[in-house]
Amino acid sequence: MRREALVAATLFALVGLFPLVGEAYWLRLGTTMLMYGVLAMSWNFIGGMAGYPSFAVAAFFGLGAYSGAVAQKFGAPAGLAWCIAAASALVFATLLGLALLRLRGHYFAIASLVVADVLRELVNSATDLTGGGMGLNLPVPAMSSIDAQAAFFFYAMLALATITFAATLLAARSKLGFGLRCIQQNESAADMLGVDTTLYKVCAFALSAVFVGAAGAIYASWVHYIEPPDVFDVLYSVKAIVMVLLGGAGSLFGPLLGAAVFLSLEELVWRKFIDVHTGVLGLLIVLLVMFLPKGLLSLSQRLPWAGKRP
Amino acid sequence: MLTLQILANGLVLGGLYACIASGFSLVWGVLNVINILHGSFIVLGGYLAFYAYGLLGIHPFLSILIAAPLFFALGYAMQHTLINRMIAAPVLLTLTLTFGLDLMLSNAMLATFTADFRKLTLDPPLGTLAFGTIVLPVDRLIAMVLALGLTGLLYLVLSRSRIGRAIVAVRMDREAAALMGVNVKRVYAITFGLGTLMAGASGPLLAMIFPISPLTGPAYLGKAFVICVLGGLGSVPGAMIGGLALGVVESFGSLWFGPEHATTLSFVLLILILLVRPEGLLGRKGYA
Repeated sequence: MRREALVAATLFALVGLFPLVGEAYWLRLGTTMLMYGVLAMSWNFIGGMAGYPSFAVAAFFGLGAYSGAVAQKFGAPAGLAWCIAAASALVFATLLGLALLRLRGHYFAIASLVVADVLRELVNSATDLTGGGMGLNLPVPAMSSIDAQAAFFFYAMLALATITFAATLLAARSKLGFGLRCIQQNESAADMLGVDTTLYKVCAFALSAVFVGAAGAIYASWVHYIEPPDVFDVLYSVKAIVMVLLGGAGSLFGPLLGAAVFLSLEELVWRKFIDVHTGVLGLLIVLLVMFLPKGLLSLSQRLPWAGKRP
Repeated sequence: MLTLQILANGLVLGGLYACIASGFSLVWGVLNVINILHGSFIVLGGYLAFYAYGLLGIHPFLSILIAAPLFFALGYAMQHTLINRMIAAPVLLTLTLTFGLDLMLSNAMLATFTADFRKLTLDPPLGTLAFGTIVLPVDRLIAMVLALGLTGLLYLVLSRSRIGRAIVAVRMDREAAALMGVNVKRVYAITFGLGTLMAGASGPLLAMIFPISPLTGPAYLGKAFVICVLGGLGSVPGAMIGGLALGVVESFGSLWFGPEHATTLSFVLLILILLVRPEGLLGRKGYA
């Protein structure tokens, strides 16, 4: 555990030096990458560790974005708004989990997929509070320059990514992570042997929501304007899953690696084919699932920090 | 009187929903694969009817006859070449696979047909029929009858034909069916073909009522899922009952809560059913 923490600390510290050298474009990319990393690491709690195919990331992201935005609309400072967003995602996921986590396999997957649609409809129709389809504008932070703003959001996202990683590390090395892996392998057996499966699953689901909620709120403050189809986009769920599968599900560094590789692909390849963006994403998913279902890290199982034991 | 009219509207809608869900439920029950492509197949069927009518003058109800073999071949080929390789993989992977395929198909449709909402309007229109105080458009009525007819046909194929019995046998026990000489991979491909056929054939029927756009696919998929849960998985009568129930619930829900809450309502219904009766209204316990 100490070695992983050390590797991660070095990694995050190096990433933290990024604004000193980068231009605005690279800073924006870096912020997006950290955000993707948060989404992927969060999905890893429920999807990678517990093996529950959740498609609820988009729901938590949108919920966080709107909670944060509404809180800021009523005058809360940005930091407080982000905490409120994280808390609301946490509470929502806990309650939702108590209902949905009784389902397994396909039932759970599709039920979690519908949550984002429902939230989007609700936000759309609650025009007074959220502006409905018109979207919601957020206050621009009072800062000297555009560059300072960019650096501010970069560091906010970096802090969130660090916290998320620390939570992953703690969870993976604790009784919780052990229990979740038991659930993944055989839930009935885990239940019989005294693992409180409901509690563990709800914990994993809540962990998969809280950081995503905060990321959504930071994203909302960062782009200053949100609308329902943007933040409740099902592609957030899909991307999180793809990134984790790409890197290696259930492992510590897999989601981060997946996020980095995925964003590189997104920037290098798809920017040039904007009309067929989702089609190429689909092709990538098909190829990934068929030829590399265990992720890039499975190619290097011999490395000491390769995570999941074979 | 309004109540009767809403009930009639709901049943008409429900007949179409039954048709949407039966193919989805078949694939799910037999292959244990959630076919995310189902919604996009329906939309594709709608476009086929739209262009067959607009360019060639083929009546939408007749275009089902063209759609059926085409979509069966498409589904068979897709299962044969791609999905059969992954059939034994965990839920997450098969689901993600069909999701990826769906992204490709819907993107292709978006690029080809654009996101514009198109409406199939018959010329001349078929008018309306009045039963006492209940008024129903004739085109919708025929669409419902055809939809229920197609669903009934699927039921007959499954319960009477040789291949239908093989499909049911594979659903009940794959290993035993294989031992009895059933070619399981071929049965899978035929099942997926039939599911795709049902989606493609319900496309023209839905195009008579709803606008056609690549963006409507996910909504159909969501409905198919809710109906499967409502009626119970993998049985045609279950899809029939679930479809009619959802149609009626949505109609009354739109009246009471406003049409914008239809999705929310069906989701709440879904959660309630899953919590109270996870095997569905007609389902048997033990099939997950």
